[in-house]
Amino acid sequence: MTSREQVVQLILDVASELNASLETPIDIARREDAPLFGGQGVLDSFGFVSLIVAVEQALDDAGVSVILADERALSQSASPFRTVGSLADYVLAHAS
Amino acid sequence: MSDAPVTVVTGSRKGIGRFLVERYLERGHIVAGCSREESDLRHERYEHHRLSVADEDAVVEMLSTVRKSAGRIDHLINCAGIASMNHALLTPGATFRAIYETNVFGTFYASREAAKAMQRRRFGRIVNFSSVAVPLRLEGEAAYASSKAAVVALTEVMARELGAFGITVNAVGPTPVDTDLIRGVPKDRMTKLVQRQAVTRMATLEEVAAVVDFFLSPDAALVTGQTLYLGGV
Repeated sequence: MTSREQVVQLILDVASELNASLETPIDIARREDAPLFGGQGVLDSFGFVSLIVAVEQALDDAGVSVILADERALSQSASPFRTVGSLADYVLAHAS
Repeated sequence: MSDAPVTVVTGSRKGIGRFLVERYLERGHIVAGCSREESDLRHERYEHHRLSVADEDAVVEMLSTVRKSAGRIDHLINCAGIASMNHALLTPGATFRAIYETNVFGTFYASREAAKAMQRRRFGRIVNFSSVAVPLRLEGEAAYASSKAAVVALTEVMARELGAFGITVNAVGPTPVDTDLIRGVPKDRMTKLVQRQAVTRMATLEEVAAVVDFFLSPDAALVTGQTLYLGGV
């Protein structure tokens, strides 16, 4: 899995499944502009952890190994977890 | 995918870990275990991984493999542990570090990865191993006892963090059990230790397993963040 489109779709699929358990759902209709965490984001810390872990596992199932919540990601001034698109960019930059 | 519970046991080659593996295989679980050495246990529902729990990458890979092959992880029992008896003034840093790497880091790595697999189904049971060495403040076991105190703190904090995911985290603190872990301890020291308990004898494997059974049971869904010490310490 290398295309940005595929990664965006994977994150949206995970978000769609997660929405059932969220008080305020992720607006997946906005596709890669859908806000996630921080700023306009809809996720609380529980939702954030659930999303990140589920995305990591979906990537692992697709043969892509990446640790998303490492110190590098958490210390970036422009958080990679702002939107579906920024998360997809972070995945593509750090996947092995 | 099978409905059989999927149980992971670290430190499964011998001692308490081996006993628990055989117990849960008898009860129909799918069991994965690990140890630094190869296991002689052969069973159609048992898969052994040769690794050190102190090796983060290896633990990540093992739990990922189990999740993918079994479809999920229901239970994690963190049995892997090492001990060393020495006066604090005679304990090399390397020994102290090695004990923490297995007892604390290993417990953390396996718990973190198992919880990632458990959270999706909003169900999981994690059982850690502490020791009566913590409440007894055992002289000569500064490294071991403090590492097991760290396991208690890890149990309590992870219980709070994972409660919302339907995952319980508890610990059992056995009295000495007749396993390889205590073989190097002089007999008179062991007798003295046991005399400090309310019930002055070593525990049997069955008695330790009974506590693990309770923590794994569906009825214990509201029991989390607890450390249950044996022997009345």
